[in-house]
Amino acid sequence: MKTVIVVGNGMVGYKFCEKFMAHENSSNFKLIVFGEEPRAAYDRVHLSEFFSNRDAQALQLAPLEWYSAHNIDLIINERVTDIHRDHKTISTASDKEYSYDYLVLATGSAPFVPPINGVEKKGVFVYRTIEDLEGMLAYAEKIKSRKDNGKAAILGGGLLGLEAGKAVMDMGLEPHVVEYAPKLMPRQLDSRSSNVLQLTLESIGIQIHTGKATNKILGNGAITGMDFGEDDTLEVDMLVVSAGIRPRDELAKTCDLKTGVRGGIVVNDRMQTSDPCIFAIGEVALYNQMIYGLVAPGYEMAEVAVNQILDNREAAMKKEIDMSTKLKLIGVDVASFGVPYMPADKGLSIIYENKTKGIYKRINVSHDGKTLLGGIMVGDAADYSILHQMYLNNIPLPDNAEELIVGARGEGGSAFGSAMDLPDTAVICSCEAVTKGQICCSVLDDGNESVKAVAKATKAGTGCGGCKPMLNDLVAESLKTIGKTVKNSICEHFNFSRQELYDIVKARGIKDYNELLDSAGSGGYGCEVCKPVAASIFASIYNETANRQETIQDSNDRYLANIQRNGTYSVVPRVAGGEITPKQLMALGRIAQKFDLYTKITGGQRIDMFGAKLHELPLIWEELLAEGFETGQAYGKSLRTVKSCVGSTWCRYGMDESVSLAIEIEHRYKGIRSPHKFKGGVSGCIRECAEARCKDFGLIAVEGGWNVYVGGNGGANPKHAELLAEKVDKKTAITYIDRFVMFYIKTAQPLQRTAAWLDKLEGGITYLKNVVINDSLGIADELDAEMQAYIDTYQCEWKEAVENPEIRSRYTHFVNSDAEDDNIEFVSLREQKMPKEWA
Amino acid sequence: MGLTPLIQGEQCKHNDIKTPIMKATLLHQYHTIAPEEVTLWFKAAPVSKFPKNGGACIKYKDQQIAVFNFAKENIWYACQNLCPHKMEMVLSRGMIGDENLEPKVACPLHKNTFSLKTGAHLNGNLNAIATYPVRIIEGFVHIGFTE
Ligand SMILES: Cc1cc2nc3c(=O)[nH]c(=O)nc-3n(C[C@H](O)[C@H](O)[C@H](O)COP(=O)(O)OP(=O)(O)OC[C@H]3O[C@@H](n4cnc5c(N)ncnc54)[C@H](O)[C@@H]3O)c2cc1C
Ligand code: FES
Repeated sequence: MKTVIVVGNGMVGYKFCEKFMAHENSSNFKLIVFGEEPRAAYDRVHLSEFFSNRDAQALQLAPLEWYSAHNIDLIINERVTDIHRDHKTISTASDKEYSYDYLVLATGSAPFVPPINGVEKKGVFVYRTIEDLEGMLAYAEKIKSRKDNGKAAILGGGLLGLEAGKAVMDMGLEPHVVEYAPKLMPRQLDSRSSNVLQLTLESIGIQIHTGKATNKILGNGAITGMDFGEDDTLEVDMLVVSAGIRPRDELAKTCDLKTGVRGGIVVNDRMQTSDPCIFAIGEVALYNQMIYGLVAPGYEMAEVAVNQILDNREAAMKKEIDMSTKLKLIGVDVASFGVPYMPADKGLSIIYENKTKGIYKRINVSHDGKTLLGGIMVGDAADYSILHQMYLNNIPLPDNAEELIVGARGEGGSAFGSAMDLPDTAVICSCEAVTKGQICCSVLDDGNESVKAVAKATKAGTGCGGCKPMLNDLVAESLKTIGKTVKNSICEHFNFSRQELYDIVKARGIKDYNELLDSAGSGGYGCEVCKPVAASIFASIYNETANRQETIQDSNDRYLANIQRNGTYSVVPRVAGGEITPKQLMALGRIAQKFDLYTKITGGQRIDMFGAKLHELPLIWEELLAEGFETGQAYGKSLRTVKSCVGSTWCRYGMDESVSLAIEIEHRYKGIRSPHKFKGGVSGCIRECAEARCKDFGLIAVEGGWNVYVGGNGGANPKHAELLAEKVDKKTAITYIDRFVMFYIKTAQPLQRTAAWLDKLEGGITYLKNVVINDSLGIADELDAEMQAYIDTYQCEWKEAVENPEIRSRYTHFVNSDAEDDNIEFVSLREQKMPKEWA
Repeated sequence: MGLTPLIQGEQCKHNDIKTPIMKATLLHQYHTIAPEEVTLWFKAAPVSKFPKNGGACIKYKDQQIAVFNFAKENIWYACQNLCPHKMEMVLSRGMIGDENLEPKVACPLHKNTFSLKTGAHLNGNLNAIATYPVRIIEGFVHIGFTE
């Protein structure tokens, strides 16, 4: 039994283990892996996702069980401090010694922090590990609790710096990117594209300062600003240094392995260092006098090292390493490949620039016009994958090479044909080294007929994800060649889209989920994707409440309340139009106090009460019902609220009675379940205090009637509603909204808000106007009748639940005991309570 | 499939530095029990107390066990009620179904799905959950334990 010690459990170190274990000769070897970080290897490439989900586990590359199942000793939280080449041993920070037959150094790199006066101040961060991010988040919270307009700077305008810029912006700080070079992304972009990028970034709120050398970090203990010399300063509350990386080659220095002048452990094309028993891979390895700061080359190095150790084959690293990159996450397309820019004696460039749209594209072609040498795309990188492939595979250029970036003239032709024209050897997924041939075979020979199945079988698309668009195309095109199409099917249990399923349920009069699964499903028991879709369809067609088929309802619908972080629920009674009497207010206060609920006013002008345990829900509702409240359906994919301003009843500007109308409409649509939640707003004048144009439907009183808007929403992708009809009377306005809502319910995809639905609707608002106003499809009467049926059959689900003993009995935590869930703990917060944090 | 108990003693400190002891002890209560290991069948509640094609939670000593009934074939499964993702006692309230005929439950909080046969996390890398044998004897649901 031979021992391989791997130092570093980062992305490449992990990949080494994975490939090692997958190799047939690995059984005679024992792997011992050391990692300095407090957790097992995680996906550093997608580190920024931690900001939105705070879920370190989701980034993990493999669970701890994976290591033990493969008999790998993973020792985390332990740094290797010395290598003793003469005895072939290493020692660790806790003074333990281990001997090796082979040693693999995968120690990665550390952020380079320039020696600027004051960088040690509080509030200065680097961006590399989960701990760095946790530190930044906590610090940003502190800044925000102190002031509203906190600012954060990023030192370095490269790929990573821009990613960090977006991250601090999402944290609610004003982002400033400070770059020493006169342009952004100096290694990947030429000056013109850099300018275009800068304008676009500034337009989304990221401020750019190029050509700035930072002299000093200002502040007393904690950072308050940056000094660029000559009285030029920038006030900031936080700084993220992203000024490049330095390979972590310190171990090589303890044992005289050869290192480069500017760092990095020198390796040959077999990944061997100057000691043939010691390998270096990933960001610490200096190959061809270069450090490669990307995962794909690191993974290739891991593969080479595995082969060298396991069967000494000819495996070697390629000479040329592809450094093409695409910026992710930031909301602006930026990509470069091959040689992004070059002097004219090396090749010729074709450049397309459109400043009004923030688009810049450049391709570099050889003097004979036959080969693509590289290029840049800013603002529109849709064709990046295919251009990148043409470059990688040396595909001859068409006669009019400019069509590659400006699009073919004439009939819908594309200058490069389809992804299917690529040679089978073209590497589509560079992270996992999967070729076009492998992907197509996976579809055609192995019968993997969805992108998900192909990804699972080949691993394509499971790394950085940059190749997904091309993967989608290849799967779709391969299926086409055997006469199949990728269906917009809901999940493995139903080979239908939501609209098709809606029609099936309606036409066959199917009444419950099991019947649907038996008659239209493809076998199995269903799942958490198709069950709520079916529930929503049943509700839409039969207006049945969520109580009838409770086990197919989504989490919130099942218990008619919103499940919260700790498994307790929140309760929201309807307060139509936001109008509430003092007596009702007192009743809510009394009930909330009695059950010790945290209360908050919602954005929809009502009151949310949090922290109710499952068994308390019917007790709370019993009291609410007695006070005249009814369910607010805050848990459902259904009408939430119709927000209103006070309107002409009180407001001196009001043109009409917005509150009365809001109440009328809210009662009209309450309880109707739809593909997603929907909200309304009614404003009494164009000052628009009810924000009706941010809602799925909105009404604004104007001189001579109501303006009707549809398809707006707030949330993550705010969109203003579009004008459906102008200056119509109240009755007409309601009829139009009735039809709009019904048409949406019948044709939208699951979980598609009206804004996205309208966006995808062919013909857009003009088409919708035709359907709703001119009855172009001849379905207006049907829509009107269906809406009226809903209104006539409304019932309060909570009334039903409280009064029906069978339904009511579902509200217990245990079915064999009256005990409560003792896992729930609260702590106090500003004189109320909140769930206790676990971590 | 046997399940290795989650990270014990020595290694615990390596797992997640921020993990409070509490969380670890909570998880430690739950271990997969194979049918042949059962030494005690706990009589939990009558079948009528459990929804068809859904779940309910039962209490056994200090443990919370989620029990699910796949009514079409009248197959029953049981697992820990604790979701290992955010450590909340919620799995019994999740939707059930299958992935390629592997029976599963989806956590109601974030839709992590776990196999009800092996406990494995099907759409991610969380630790597997513990599963327990279920028997129906004279109209009562019984769960298998070793003590
Ligand atoms: C925010 C961010 C975004 C990125 N985006 C992309 C991208 O889009 N595309 C792309 O290709 N690349 C991207 N990268 C780069 C990519 O993450 C790295 O190329 C990759 O992680 C390198 O892997 P590695 O294993 O060599 O180094 P690392 O992942 O850094 O792993 C090295 C590990 O070794 C440990 N270690 C070091 N010394 C010792 C020691 N003496 N003893 C024990 N353990 C030790 C370290 O703590 C570390 O955990 C990004 C990086 C960051 C930070
Ligand atoms: S290229 Fe990165 S996942 Fe495929």
